Formats: sequence, C-alpha cells, structure tokens
Amino acid sequence: MPSRFSLVQKPAAFRLLPAFVFLAFALPLLSACGYNTIPTLEEQAKAAWSEVLNQYQRRADLIPNLVETVKGYAAHEKEVLEGVVEARAKATQVTVSPDMLTNPEAFKAFQESQSGLTSALSRLLAVVENYPDLKANQNFLALQAQLEGTENRIAVSRRDYIEAVRVYNTSLRTFPSILWNSLWFRNQPFQNFTASDEAMQPPKVDFN
Amino acid sequence: MGTLRPLAMSSAKAGGLTGVLLTSFLLTLCLLLPLAAFAQTLPALTGRVVDNAGLVDPVAEAALVQKLEAFEQKSSDQIVVATIASLGGEAIEPFANRLFRAWGLGQAGEDNGILLLVARDDRKMRIEVGYGLEGTLTDLHSRLIIENTMVPAFRAGDFAGGISGAVDDIIVALEGNAAELEARAQRNQQTTGWDPDTLIVALFFVVWATLFFGGFAFAILPRIYGRKLGPGRYQWLGMTFDYNAREGSGSSGRGWSSGSSGGGWSGGSSGGGFSGGGGSSGGGGSSGSW
Repeated sequence: MPSRFSLVQKPAAFRLLPAFVFLAFALPLLSACGYNTIPTLEEQAKAAWSEVLNQYQRRADLIPNLVETVKGYAAHEKEVLEGVVEARAKATQVTVSPDMLTNPEAFKAFQESQSGLTSALSRLLAVVENYPDLKANQNFLALQAQLEGTENRIAVSRRDYIEAVRVYNTSLRTFPSILWNSLWFRNQPFQNFTASDEAMQPPKVDFN
Repeated sequence: MGTLRPLAMSSAKAGGLTGVLLTSFLLTLCLLLPLAAFAQTLPALTGRVVDNAGLVDPVAEAALVQKLEAFEQKSSDQIVVATIASLGGEAIEPFANRLFRAWGLGQAGEDNGILLLVARDDRKMRIEVGYGLEGTLTDLHSRLIIENTMVPAFRAGDFAGGISGAVDDIIVALEGNAAELEARAQRNQQTTGWDPDTLIVALFFVVWATLFFGGFAFAILPRIYGRKLGPGRYQWLGMTFDYNAREGSGSSGRGWSSGSSGGGWSGGSSGGGFSGGGGSSGGGGSSGSW
C-alpha cells in the first residue's frame, strides 16, 4: 500500500514543479515585459507638466509687483499696463484640470492665455525702455532679472515637457508598449506645445 | 521627423507585423537622430575650466582651477567655466542649459552646479545655476555679477580678469549662507566607498536569492543529476533527498517571499579626472552681453 500511495502522489509534485519554475523565472522578468513603461512615462510627462504650471504661476506672481513698480514711473502708459493686468487675469482664470492634457481645446485655451500674457509683458518691457529713471530703479532691476529668469525657466520646462510627451506618446504607438495600451491602459496621447509658438522665445533685453 | 511619422503610420496599417516593426524602427531612428545631432556641437568637459575660445591665459587658468577645486572640496558645489568661440546661431540660454545638463554639473540629487559660459564671437555670457542653488545665487545676483564685474572687464579686453572676478563673486554669494553651505558639504561627503545602505541591500538580495533559487534548485536538480536510491529518494552532492517525506507532511515548505527593491544606485564621484556629479538645471541664472 505505501508504495502505491507514493506512486499516486509523485506525479502531482512533478506536475506542480514546472509551474513553480516558470513563475520563479517569469516574476523578475514581468517588470521588463513593458507593463511599467506606459505608467512610468505618463508620470514623467505629468511631472514635466506640473513644472510648466509651476513656472507659469511664478511668472503670474511676479506681475502685480512689476506693474506697481512701473506705475510709479510711467503711470500714463495706462493702455500697456492694463493690457498686462488683463492678460494676467485671463491666464490665471483658465482652470487647470487633470484631463487637460488629453483635451485639445482646454490645452489650446491654456496655451493661448499664456502666450497672450507673454506678448503683453514684452510690450510692457519695450515701453519701459523710454524711462531711464525706471530702468535705473533697483526694485525694477530685481524684478526684471527675476522675470527674465522665469521666462527662461518657462522655456526650459516647456522643452522638458515637449520631450517627455514625445517619449510618452511614442510609447503609446510603438511595440511592445502599444500592446499594453490597446489591451489594458487605453490611454490617449498627451497634447503638446506647438514649436512655432512665440512664447518659446524669452523677451529680449538689450543691455547696450 | 514630421514627414517620417505619417509615412510610418500608414505603412503600419497596410503591412501588419512588418509595418509595426518598420514603425518602431523608424520611430527609434527619429528618437536617436536629434540626440546624435546635439552631441556633436557640445564641447567636452575636460576640466573645471574649458577654455575652447582661448580667452584665459595658462597662469590665470591654473589659479582658477585651483580656486574652483578648493571650493568644491569645501562645499561640494561644482563651478565650471566654459568659453566657446561661437554659439552657431543658437541663443545662449538653451545652449547653456543643454551644456549644463550634458555635463551634469553639481551632485546628483543636490543639483548644486554652476556654469559660467562665455561665447566669444557672439559677445555673450551666461551664468547658469543648477536647481539646488537657485535660492542661494538668485537670478538678480547672477545678473549683478555679469553687469558689474564681467561686462566692464570684458569691454576693457580683460577676459581672464572678468572671469576670475565673476568666479570670486559667485563664491562669495554661495558662501553668503554659511550654515547652508556646510550642511550641503556634509550631505555630499559620503559619496566615495561603499555606502552602508547599499551593503545591507546587497546582503539582503544575496540571502534572498539563495533561499529563493536554492529551494528550487534542491527540488529539481537532484532528480536530474542525483543518483536514484529508491522511489522519490535521490543522492546528490553527498546529501540524500527524500521527496516522499516532504509530501507526507501536508504543507510544503515552499513559500513565496517578495523582495522589495529599495536600493537606489548612487553615482560615486570618480577619483581621477574631473567629471560632473549628475546634477541638472532648470534654467536659473542670468545672461548678458558686452
């Protein structure tokens, strides 16, 4: 009897073995099958987008101070100053929603409001050239340096976002991650900035 | 790139698997092309002073290198001076940012690097500040250094004087917050040798792998390589394996253990030549022209 008992039991153990072996080797490999690719790249793109928003917010925060300083010297440049205040209000009014990245209209609205602010600001900085006293004001110099730095940070963060989205959108369309997207995630590609946007260029300031 | 992608997508629809493969190949090519194009235009990081435009004489350069090295010893901040002949039509801001990131100035995670870039033929200069130092060397500081120290000296033709004066000013600004400076230096001191954390993680993985894969090895290999003693009993490597006994005891001893991979790789600083620590910059700093 004992010998027959072992005969019945032994194949069961043998049948389980390949499954265990397979799992042992498959588990460490699973992460490399590309399942992680899409979420990883998506989070990177989202982080890059947060940085873009962060830098735009930084610019918006600088503007009230800048407008006040310019007002002290060039109060009669009302039109330009009001243009900046208005453009800032418009830019900060645009609601930033999580699905904005996959919604072309919302993304376009955001981009347009920000580039409106960019052009209003460059008009203001052009007008300032006519006021030597203002240009020599320490407070204004500080604000101008910060504004330039912020514009450059915006350009950098936009470049980073464009790159992150390019990589992410490519992963949605290329093998093997396209399999995961079509079977599981069903993610939409993110919207990207148009390269021809004039906001890519920081406002030029002539030191001469 | 704009023309390649639609072409690749249409062929994917038409050609099935070959189309998919072609698409991925083309997109990979697209991915790699800009990188290759960028890599050519950037100068190599040969030292703390990369004087490709020949603006600094050897004596001043040696003094600068010594000063920068001493400051990195003290604070772990990496300051690098680069001069180039021409930007080749590119604006100085994106070029400086690209160069900063390619060189990886500053310690990884700390991002405490500073790049002082001078473009000779374009008559432009820029101080590019890493993320970690943006609060210490603000945009206004960099702008004042450029306008008050560099521009007057450069206009007088004294490039070496302007650059070393700017480096002195940068160091003064960074030393302004002494407590912060010391804390930063402390944080980045233990980059050489084995980190105790890494050792513990490595030891954990060795033990885990031995238990995990050893169990499977003992379950399988004796059946294949061992000498059969009886039904379910094998002798291998001087040990006797009895598989019947284990099955009799009900639950088998094989359990799943999931190992968490908590170990991060930290790039240690190399001992010999100078290299960037892996820092990055988000475009802080200021530019000017003379």
